Amino acid sequence: MADTARDPPPEQTDFQELEDGEDLFPEPAAAPESGPASLPAEDVSTNSNGPKQDSLFDDDPEDLFAEATEEVSLDSPERDVLLSDGPSPAITPITPPTSVITPRIESLTVPVSLQIEEEEGGDSFDIHIAVSDPEKVGEFSGTFWHLRDKQDSSGTSLSVFKQGEFSVKRRFSDFLGLHSKLASKYLHVGYIVPPAPEKSIVGMTKVKVGKEDQSSNEFVEKRRSALERYLMRTVKHPVLLKDPDVLQFLESSELPRAVSTQALSSAGLLRMVNKAADAVNKMTIKMNESDAWFEEKQQQFENLDIQLRKLHASVESLVCHRKELSVNTALFAKSAAMLGNSEDHTALSRALSQLAEVEEKIDQLHQDQANADFYLFSELLGDYVRLITAVKGVFDHRMKTWQKWQDSQMLLQKKREAEAKLQFTNKPDKLQQAKDEIKELEGKVQQGERDFEQISKTIRKEVSRFEKERVKDFKSVIIKYLESLVQTQQQLIKYWEAFLPEAKAIS
Amino acid sequence: MMGYLSVSLQPRAVNVDLQTDATLQVDISDALSERDKVKFTVHTKSTLPNFKQSEFSVVRQHEEFIWLHDSFVENEDYAGYIIPPAPPRPDFDASREKLQKLGEGEGSMTKEEFTKMKQELEAEYLAIFKKTVAMHEVFLCRVAAHPVLRKDLNFHVFLEYNQDLSVRGKNKKEKLEDFFKNVVKSADGVLVAGVKDVDDFFEHEKTFLLEYHNRVKDASAKSDRMIRSHKNAADDINRIASFFLKVSELFEKTRVSTLLRWLCFVLFHLIPAQVKVEQLLMTDVSSHLLQKIEARVAADEDLKLADLLKYYLRESQAAKDLLYRRGRALVDYENANKALDKARAKNRDVLQAETSQQLCCHKFEKISESAKQELIDFKTRRVAAFRKNLVELAELELKHAKGNLQLLQSCLSVLKGDT
Repeated sequence: MADTARDPPPEQTDFQELEDGEDLFPEPAAAPESGPASLPAEDVSTNSNGPKQDSLFDDDPEDLFAEATEEVSLDSPERDVLLSDGPSPAITPITPPTSVITPRIESLTVPVSLQIEEEEGGDSFDIHIAVSDPEKVGEFSGTFWHLRDKQDSSGTSLSVFKQGEFSVKRRFSDFLGLHSKLASKYLHVGYIVPPAPEKSIVGMTKVKVGKEDQSSNEFVEKRRSALERYLMRTVKHPVLLKDPDVLQFLESSELPRAVSTQALSSAGLLRMVNKAADAVNKMTIKMNESDAWFEEKQQQFENLDIQLRKLHASVESLVCHRKELSVNTALFAKSAAMLGNSEDHTALSRALSQLAEVEEKIDQLHQDQANADFYLFSELLGDYVRLITAVKGVFDHRMKTWQKWQDSQMLLQKKREAEAKLQFTNKPDKLQQAKDEIKELEGKVQQGERDFEQISKTIRKEVSRFEKERVKDFKSVIIKYLESLVQTQQQLIKYWEAFLPEAKAIS
Repeated sequence: MMGYLSVSLQPRAVNVDLQTDATLQVDISDALSERDKVKFTVHTKSTLPNFKQSEFSVVRQHEEFIWLHDSFVENEDYAGYIIPPAPPRPDFDASREKLQKLGEGEGSMTKEEFTKMKQELEAEYLAIFKKTVAMHEVFLCRVAAHPVLRKDLNFHVFLEYNQDLSVRGKNKKEKLEDFFKNVVKSADGVLVAGVKDVDDFFEHEKTFLLEYHNRVKDASAKSDRMIRSHKNAADDINRIASFFLKVSELFEKTRVSTLLRWLCFVLFHLIPAQVKVEQLLMTDVSSHLLQKIEARVAADEDLKLADLLKYYLRESQAAKDLLYRRGRALVDYENANKALDKARAKNRDVLQAETSQQLCCHKFEKISESAKQELIDFKTRRVAAFRKNLVELAELELKHAKGNLQLLQSCLSVLKGDT
């Protein structure tokens, strides 16, 4: 393998940046850009959508992503299989041939529009993806979402994508398919793959049936924004962005139907069984954690998980109560209007009617605030709860890798002992066989160790990136939320200032 | 936990507009809340000759106020007046229950949470306490301001007699009697209301009051619901802010921590409850932030409007009662007329019928005369009270909104500028 191209990663600087806490938006030293010019040829050639990356990226010795592409190339035989030229194969060992049945339930497709902007210094580029409202195409084939990718022209041509701006139609199952492909490729080597939005059979059926009411509109909007966030997170990840599957997802007009993503398929069942098995295994693996960093981080994520879940529940309760408040305010407004009607003192009557109007407007404000609460906070928290689950999954994979390594080491030990024993018997061919096996095992052990170190390293990087992203995310949401609160207060001031003279005019 | 609570109160601006003059000024200068009763210190200043001193205080309990109110209602001479509505019974049950539950659950929550909840509940208790004192005071002030009622002997005894009035609450038998009396009264009320009044003024007042009373009732109920929702949302925000604080502790020493504490701070301040933050401690983030926050139960502004509506619910009922009494007197008068005609026709017991008719006529006219003035006064008072309340409501809302806005804007500028 191309080990020679591997550079020692400058991990220390990364961690310093995090621990100092100085910089909310640290620019990772040109890292995301500096993709390897040495992208192994195998990958590019097999992918017909091959990104022309050579011209784009500087050859940066500090390139953290050399490793990334090394990763890719290490397992490239697998990769080839996974590239989506053909029908996407299930990663689970059994590929049920029957799962080509169109998933009626989740074929709500999403328009996604992608905007790629490159900042001046070429340090990082922003991709903007907009997911527009879904449209129904055909009675049974389900709805398609539009995916629009745009590129703003700037100095250097960013040619990750063939065109600057484009629009594609995608179905919900395609999103899930993308996620499962990415998960299978990257999770077990330590990359935190953003989780896809969840399936909701109830919501989907409602929409399919064509109910045009408040809740189904809300559902559509909720899903739309969830898909948008999902894609944005995925493309923000520098490694995932370059993944051929992602590129194909964003670019090509026709995507082979993703199979094995139905909730109720045999593949789904198999996944559940595997998950259960994993959970059991996790409990039985006792790892000797040599690295305090991992232990600390793991604990931190556990705590964070618990807190975030509680927080999420509280925010959902808040959204509920605010909606209730809005309803009650509307009722009160009506009642005040009635009272104003029966009041026979004209000025007071007028003032009471004004009060009723003010309260009605306030009720609308409450409604809007509830929406803000929901879309900004609740969804963000939900996303993070799921992300943290993915992070924990990555830690688990590390444990599994360690386990594999230990297992092969133990096996090697046994074989060596066996070989030692064989030395004393006179069976040259058996001895030779043993020696061969040992050699193979030694290779495996070395490989296992490398894998383990690799995943540990990747996880460190990923976690630090995750933490930076998290800060950015929360900060932007908090700012948006505060701005919405500012708006509310300004509106309130307007309403009450208009009311005050009316109240004073009562005589 | 809340065995004794003593509150010293200054003469307050009550939500009912009253003409107080130097000849008789009554207020509740102090109040003490004991396990199951509240003791009010009624303070009187008077230049009237009826009293032994010019300034004195007595201690009264809720039952004694009720006794006074009932004595007015039962007095035939006062039939033509709107009797000021009796103050509602002090009700700390809900609050006490919550405090008890809090005490029981003390082990299960963190010290911070516990202190905070305790503070909140204490504030709630205090708010209810202040309100009940205000209600009792308003009653006394209304009586003192009424030109006829203020001369009532029972009232003077109530104000002056510094021993216990030995008034006991009604026992079961008496409560049952009351219940039946009420049933009879409301049935009668329907009958009486059906009689059309020759006098336009009263006819108009009748229809008006009926409708008004119902609508005030509805508005009062709806405003209560609104307040409850507000409180629920406030509780949620409280919880969310605590969680953010906890989460921020997990991200120690990073910028996220400061970020989240800002958010905490903002949220605590914006809770629809009125939250006072003693100090801006954003540079030095510590859990003191939580302790310095004092939360009141529901927005002052909400409570004001709700209280006003409740009060006028009771007043409009008292006005309706007046109209009922007048209506009753009218019916009696008309019946007496009929009886007199019958007696004259039969030429029997004419004198008796005549006296009875005279009495009824006199009673009816007396009531009508004072009722008219009372109802006009009622309207004036009502308009003034609503005006005051609405203006204060608007001003309070503006004050809060402007304060919140300033806070939010300064927060935002810090966050945005902080990179």
